[in-house]
Amino acid sequence: MQSLTNTSARYGWAMIILHWLIGIVFIGQFALGFVMVRTTSQRASFELIQLHKSFGFLLLGLIILRIAWRLRNAAPALPASVGTLERRTAPLAHFALYVFQIALPLSGWALVSVSTLEIPTMPFDLFVMPNLPLAESDAAESFWSAAHWYLAYAGIALVALHIAAALRHHFLLRDSVLTRMITPSSGRE
Amino acid sequence: MNARILGLAAFAACLAVPAIAAVALSDAAGSYTISPSGSSIRFTIGKAGGGGFDGAFGRFKGTIRIDNGDVGRSKVDLTIYPESVGTGQGRIDAFLRSDAVFDAANNPEIQFRSTSVTRTGDATALVTGRLTARGKTFPEKFTAELGGLKGGTIRFHVTGKVLRSRYGMDVGTPLYSNIVDFDMTLMGKRG
Repeated sequence: MQSLTNTSARYGWAMIILHWLIGIVFIGQFALGFVMVRTTSQRASFELIQLHKSFGFLLLGLIILRIAWRLRNAAPALPASVGTLERRTAPLAHFALYVFQIALPLSGWALVSVSTLEIPTMPFDLFVMPNLPLAESDAAESFWSAAHWYLAYAGIALVALHIAAALRHHFLLRDSVLTRMITPSSGRE
Repeated sequence: MNARILGLAAFAACLAVPAIAAVALSDAAGSYTISPSGSSIRFTIGKAGGGGFDGAFGRFKGTIRIDNGDVGRSKVDLTIYPESVGTGQGRIDAFLRSDAVFDAANNPEIQFRSTSVTRTGDATALVTGRLTARGKTFPEKFTAELGGLKGGTIRFHVTGKVLRSRYGMDVGTPLYSNIVDFDMTLMGKRG
């Protein structure tokens, strides 16, 4: 169990698993959101939206867990080969990624809370998730709908940049930045 | 003296109640056309976490025939046009009309044809029949209570529960209950 936590040179299993799980759900949520608003069948659209809400709450739970873990476990240092510019900007990009991970599910929750459709939320049909204490109105629904949309596109653009940076490290710079997020053993102590 | 009059009045009232009901039934016999202006078909579906979802059908037609000698041979036919559904929220109305729920374009009518009427009280009856929606037919039961008879106009208060899943309208369960609670006022005009 020693490899569960991060060290100064490698990521532990907890962060690795949370990273990939959240990554998959985050990208999946973008795809689901994209499809659900374009589906012509009203029934399929309704069901996809409920699924999107369920995964949104799963994402919120995972990211709270991840932030709690991250606050107790500093991220390992970048390899010595990483340049000054990236050394300064990468933490900002990672911080922004965390902001999007929190802001996206919260803005979605706000959207369903203020919606005049008053559709209840039951993540995976397990329990009723209460609404946020926000006043319901058509104007508020339009606002949160737009906010959620802009956050989604900005967030996915940042994820694309994150993936591009990881691939650059792996294939061009040939360092351990990507592989150490796959297994703790690839981080050099 | 006063006590005696009151006693007589009470006695007379006890006699009169069943008499009125009996008279009402024979008076009520005949055929009626359901008048949309004095009638309403409302429904409620419970929501997870409390509250409900209310709606009504604006357009419907039907007939009520009350048999003179045998209430059991009375008949109710009701046709509802799901296109006329209204909830006060346009987006929900469009959803209900769509193929997600009523598929009103392909199934423009919901029909109820009674198969038996059983009297359950002075002014109440259990109406069983066949409900057809989206091409599926199932037996359903409704409770009818005679609300009034005046001139050639008769009024019934009809309530009943229908499981929507059987008619291919299970979308949204369990967020929204499978049970649809109907509450109708049917006003019939003789002829």
